Amino acid sequence: MRDFYYLRANSIDAARQAAALPGAMLLAGGTTLIDLAKCGVTEPETVVDITYLKGLDGITVDDRGATIGALARMSSVADHAEVKSRFPAVSDALWQAASAQLRNMATIGGNLMQRTRCPYFRDPANFPACNKRTPGSGCSAIGGVTRGHAVLGTSEACIATYPGDLATALVAFDAVVHLGDRQVAVDDFFLLPGATPEREHAIAPGEMITAINIPASAAAKRSTYLKVRDRQSYEFAAASAAVGIEFEADGRTIRDLRVALGGVATRPWRARAVEEALKGKLLEADIVKQASLLAIEGAVAHGANHYKIELAPRVVARAILKMGETA
Amino acid sequence: MTVHDVRSRHGDSKRGDASDGAIFAEAVGGRLSRVDGPAKITGAAKYAVEQQIDGLSHAVLVESTIAAGKVRSIDTAAAESAPGVLLVLTPDNALRLNTATDWLGTPPPDIPYCPLAGDITFSGQHVAAVVAESFEQAVAAAALVKVAYDETTAIVDLDDPKAGDGIPIDTMTKEWGDAQAAFAAAPVRICAAYNTPREYQAPMEPHGLIAKWQGDRLTVWEPSQWLDGMARTYAEWFGVPFENVRLVSPFIGGGFGSKAFAYGYGAVAAMAAKMLGRPVKLVVTRPQTFTAYGGRAATRQTVALGANAEGRIQSIVHRGVNETSVDGMWVEPLGSVTSIMYATPNFSSRQNVVRVNTVVPGALRAPGENPSAFGIESAIDELAYEVGIDPLEIRLRNYAEQDPEAKKPWSTRQLREAFAAGAEAFGWSKRAPEPRSMRDGNQLIGWGVAAGTYPVRRAYGEAMVRILADGSVEVESSSIDMGQGTYTILAQTAAEVVGVPAEDVVVKLGDSRYARAGVTGGSRLAGVMTGAVHKAATAALDQLVGLAISDPNSPFHALQANTLVVANGRIASPRGDGPEVSIAELLGSVGRSQIEAMGDTMPANSTADDRYKNYTTIATALSHTEGDYSRHSWCAHFVEVRVDEDFGTVRVSRVVSGLDSGRLYNPKLAESQWKGGIIMGIGQALLEEGIVDRRHGRIVNNNLADYLIATNADIPDIEVISVGIPDPQSSALGGKGVGELGIVGVAPAIANAVFHATGKRVRDLPITLEKLI
Ligand SMILES: Cc1cc2nc3c(=O)[nH]c(=O)nc-3n(C[C@H](O)[C@H](O)[C@H](O)COP(=O)(O)OP(=O)(O)OC[C@H]3O[C@@H](n4cnc5c(N)ncnc54)[C@H](O)[C@@H]3O)c2cc1C
Ligand code: SF4
Repeated sequence: MRDFYYLRANSIDAARQAAALPGAMLLAGGTTLIDLAKCGVTEPETVVDITYLKGLDGITVDDRGATIGALARMSSVADHAEVKSRFPAVSDALWQAASAQLRNMATIGGNLMQRTRCPYFRDPANFPACNKRTPGSGCSAIGGVTRGHAVLGTSEACIATYPGDLATALVAFDAVVHLGDRQVAVDDFFLLPGATPEREHAIAPGEMITAINIPASAAAKRSTYLKVRDRQSYEFAAASAAVGIEFEADGRTIRDLRVALGGVATRPWRARAVEEALKGKLLEADIVKQASLLAIEGAVAHGANHYKIELAPRVVARAILKMGETA
Repeated sequence: MTVHDVRSRHGDSKRGDASDGAIFAEAVGGRLSRVDGPAKITGAAKYAVEQQIDGLSHAVLVESTIAAGKVRSIDTAAAESAPGVLLVLTPDNALRLNTATDWLGTPPPDIPYCPLAGDITFSGQHVAAVVAESFEQAVAAAALVKVAYDETTAIVDLDDPKAGDGIPIDTMTKEWGDAQAAFAAAPVRICAAYNTPREYQAPMEPHGLIAKWQGDRLTVWEPSQWLDGMARTYAEWFGVPFENVRLVSPFIGGGFGSKAFAYGYGAVAAMAAKMLGRPVKLVVTRPQTFTAYGGRAATRQTVALGANAEGRIQSIVHRGVNETSVDGMWVEPLGSVTSIMYATPNFSSRQNVVRVNTVVPGALRAPGENPSAFGIESAIDELAYEVGIDPLEIRLRNYAEQDPEAKKPWSTRQLREAFAAGAEAFGWSKRAPEPRSMRDGNQLIGWGVAAGTYPVRRAYGEAMVRILADGSVEVESSSIDMGQGTYTILAQTAAEVVGVPAEDVVVKLGDSRYARAGVTGGSRLAGVMTGAVHKAATAALDQLVGLAISDPNSPFHALQANTLVVANGRIASPRGDGPEVSIAELLGSVGRSQIEAMGDTMPANSTADDRYKNYTTIATALSHTEGDYSRHSWCAHFVEVRVDEDFGTVRVSRVVSGLDSGRLYNPKLAESQWKGGIIMGIGQALLEEGIVDRRHGRIVNNNLADYLIATNADIPDIEVISVGIPDPQSSALGGKGVGELGIVGVAPAIANAVFHATGKRVRDLPITLEKLI
């Protein structure tokens, strides 16, 4: 970690201006930024502290949807009564993320921007080759320890998993990221690595997340987030699924279905093929299991992560069936 | 460090539950709460590297990024000119230290020792260090040290084709009967390979120290499981008398075997402090806790069991391998449980050690017994299914009535009682024998059992006990408390012997200026130190009573009594027919400021050199089979797991264990330690594994987000049942080892339960989800 300048932003505009300076980075809860600075991955010249900005930590929920300020803490959102009742998958995803201490510190904006847990990315001293960190330097992970790496959305340049839970739920429910004067669908906000894994988000220097908006829907109201991992708590997902479901009046025929995968892809992964296959169908175990296999269409294993290809559809199927049980 | 907080306890906690006959919590055997607890909970407890020392500078290590080869050059120019930098240490400017005696007491070779390597034998080896005014400056400058290497090919782990079969360790060979022939002739045979990965101690408090020289006197504040052993190492490295080194280690935030030695980074810090003439602080980073010292070696075992149709074992053939480093030797005794758990007429165990490019492995809770039990306790479970009898029944059928290896009677072995108590509380008799026969929705339920054991390691101890003018009692020892309860049980021991409330005893530990102590390891400290304190306190009491009887100014002088009783801090005649005064009043009337007694349990003819050896090496430790008996602690774990049939995730939903640690000096603390061992065992079974990048020979999950240890959410209710009886052969007060026992046998009990749940036998730890889907 090297010395840096510390600026405390007193307005959104000031923060954005400061963030546009070369080498500047926004500081929210700091749980990603400080961690990566200690690892030598980020070396900000200027840290722009946005935690003193007023009015960015609100959570408002009404019939149209939820608007969550970028500085709202993970724990406040997870525990928000209206979020819990209208967007259970969002609350579940947050509850199962990180640890209580981290959730109390970490913000929603920072959460979306968290970086991959690829161990090679996090250790520049020992693994100089990492296309995400240093474009063109190669990928240390391919051929190495890949148990946690992605099977979906990978490229020759990078196979790093997007680790976050919240964004997986957001992408399922068509949430939108507010960047001050423009808005981007969450689905478009996270980029595939392709040949440019260093570009992870559709956000430009000098832009800042101010809020996210999640439109209300029947599927979001009847939703869940299922996270599977070896450790019961405080571990990133081996595979996870955000699922929301809306039934026809008969209570058995699927009218609307939302499925997104976490822990298995290079970005939050909407599984539209599963959704389309099941819309209009009756919710039955065999049909659901069969359709869930579509979630991993095109998956590619790299050694030790092959189990994710088995696991992910099972997680999807379980989550969908669980939503059916409570019909 | 002194713990006075005992006085602040609420009156309630003074009453024990009279377990073990102790009437008060204060007495030995009572459930006194940890006297250091309040200091830890309130943050008042200052750990070694939290000491505020004037003029402190900060050292940061530079580590090798290759696993094998040589350092070609180190460019320190940029680091040297970085802000705040005081010193950049490399092998070129390092002081020449002496090689120190090892812990076994082996005289060292007469070659210089340099804690910074030029020849690289593992990734993460210390190659340089930077000292600066501030920690941040040192970190920044350390990143500027440029090391160039000539890399050679590393042997990354036991699976490396280049690793070979390794070096046979003849002292590990154990044979009786004709094991091969008996195995070949046995009607029922099973043979399987069991593997355990690299595992790490992962203490909450990372290792580190503050080193400060005053002339040729060195003070080291460092978390330590062995002050006198480490002081000796520092003294020998720097060629100063042992007495010139003071180690201070008031509290230890977890050691699990990893804090018993002075390591290379300690030499770096002390060297830098000497060169700079300033105190130096060096704390290893979390990733460095995986390479600055060793975790448990990866192991491989094959266990072959030959039995008759009733499941009676005819032969055990066991082969073990553990990894060690290229230039260090660590033997993880893999046949230690194999050879004593079950009766068998024929037995063979051999062990090899394979050199790989890793830091030399070290001790981690129950070294040897832990992986050994994973092998034999999995194998006997496999045998139970093979012959179709209950896994508990097969263990009783093969019960060893005496030590099959030493051919001596057990001092005490309450293992049958442990099985019985555990099975009863667990409800084992309701178990459906078939694998995959119990379920709850998507959860397959399995029940497993396994036994564990740990030898009673014994040694001699020393303690100072003072009775002070105010009637309080002070105990001093350079032994330590890393959470296991030394402060508490020594207060209980002295209180009981002298006859004062425990709250009037102040225990001072963790300073090598105090009465000496050997290593806090091998679960031996409680037995050693209660014996020593008992002896010293008895001597102090004798002096006190002697004074009261014979001093002309004593109120008891006229009584012409032979003896007096001291209870609750007051002295009286046994029949209560004379005066009764407090200890303080007596000392006042005879004009004494204190009574002081040093006690040790060394043989009477011991020389000063014997004593030095006893406290600074393990050369004088007593074998657990010395004399007429074989001494061990025993346990039986009963475990319920739930395995998600789709996801392969395993959760432990219930643990009941019967444990025999002999007499418990404080059941509350012993239970906590057993549970701690069981919790660690759950992590070992399901989560813990140092994952090696096989191209680079480097552990890549070297942090607590990726090296998974059990969280609270992974731990179910754990019921521990003490079945021990006092064992006078094992220690002065009848206790056997507690700290390591609990972990032994947990991993096989879980693996056995997983088999019962799923029908899948996992022989490679940890049991992660991909092994079950
Ligand atoms: C040990 C550990 C375990 C974890 N486990 C999980 C888990 O299981 N699931 C999970 O989802 N997450 C997990 N996390 C990640 C955690 O959720 C994130 O670290 C946290 O959400 C980041 O939020 P923050 O406010 O602390 O961000 P910061 O660290 O302050 O910022 C992170 C990044 O976002 C940028 N940034 C911050 N705010 C904004 C903004 N408003 N606009 C634009 N850019 C911004 C910063 O410049 C920085 O680059 C874990 C983290 C750790 C350390
Ligand atoms: S997977 Fe991506 S992040 Fe990891 S080393 Fe390769 S390029 Fe870097």
